[in-house]
Amino acid sequence: MEQKTKIHAEDGKQEITITREFDLPVELVFKAYTEPELLEQWMGTKVLKLENKNHGSYAFETKNAEGKVVFKANGVIHETIPDQKITRTFEMENSPFEVQIEFLEFEKLTNDTSKLTIHTIYRSIPLRDQMLQLPFAKGINWAHNRLQDVASKLK
Amino acid sequence: MNLRRDVFQAIADPTRRAILLLVATQSMTAGAIASNFDTARPTVSKHLQILTECELLEQKQDGREIYYHLNPKKMKKVAEFIEPFRKMWDDRFNRLESVMKKYKTK
Repeated sequence: MEQKTKIHAEDGKQEITITREFDLPVELVFKAYTEPELLEQWMGTKVLKLENKNHGSYAFETKNAEGKVVFKANGVIHETIPDQKITRTFEMENSPFEVQIEFLEFEKLTNDTSKLTIHTIYRSIPLRDQMLQLPFAKGINWAHNRLQDVASKLK
Repeated sequence: MNLRRDVFQAIADPTRRAILLLVATQSMTAGAIASNFDTARPTVSKHLQILTECELLEQKQDGREIYYHLNPKKMKKVAEFIEPFRKMWDDRFNRLESVMKKYKTK
């Protein structure tokens, strides 16, 4: 089966492209990015601020079960064109990653399907490569924690 | 080449996975890495040796210190290392799709 989400990351470049086709009209995909309560549901983070306008800003925050902030990010929306385009910066706070610039393009395929292309540019090639590896690193840690949970229940 | 088997052996150990996690965002000396574990320093050195041998880690000399960091070239050759990134976005977009399908039928 063909993968719905594709990552294009060329060797030795400081950019990546993520593409995804949705069984949704383009208006709904755009809405998922601009309505805070909808964005919160699929991103799994709290939206502290989201100004959908040129030069508006946004801020996300995720807390764990104990109420400790585990993820905090913010950025500026450089340009937004309804159902077509969002150009924004993104920066993870308290991390070694520098700000990145994201070009989100929303495309109508049919009345019920659409395509999202996210072109992200990082400060440097090593920073891009680290960002690509982050979920791997987190993943092995989570897998490890889950294994420990299971193991401790077996005791 | 036995890259796959070596890599899987390397990441089969929880301490080695934790070491990869530590150096994923910054290069660190063996001492700095060891300070994160209760394990004896020689044990950590052994883990670093294994990770270096299968080329998941690279060493870089800086003055008298040796820094360890992830080897992005090797990592990229192993599809598993980029797959979690793709999977993370795929999961997110699957959620987006189901959230918006529910929203549409409201």
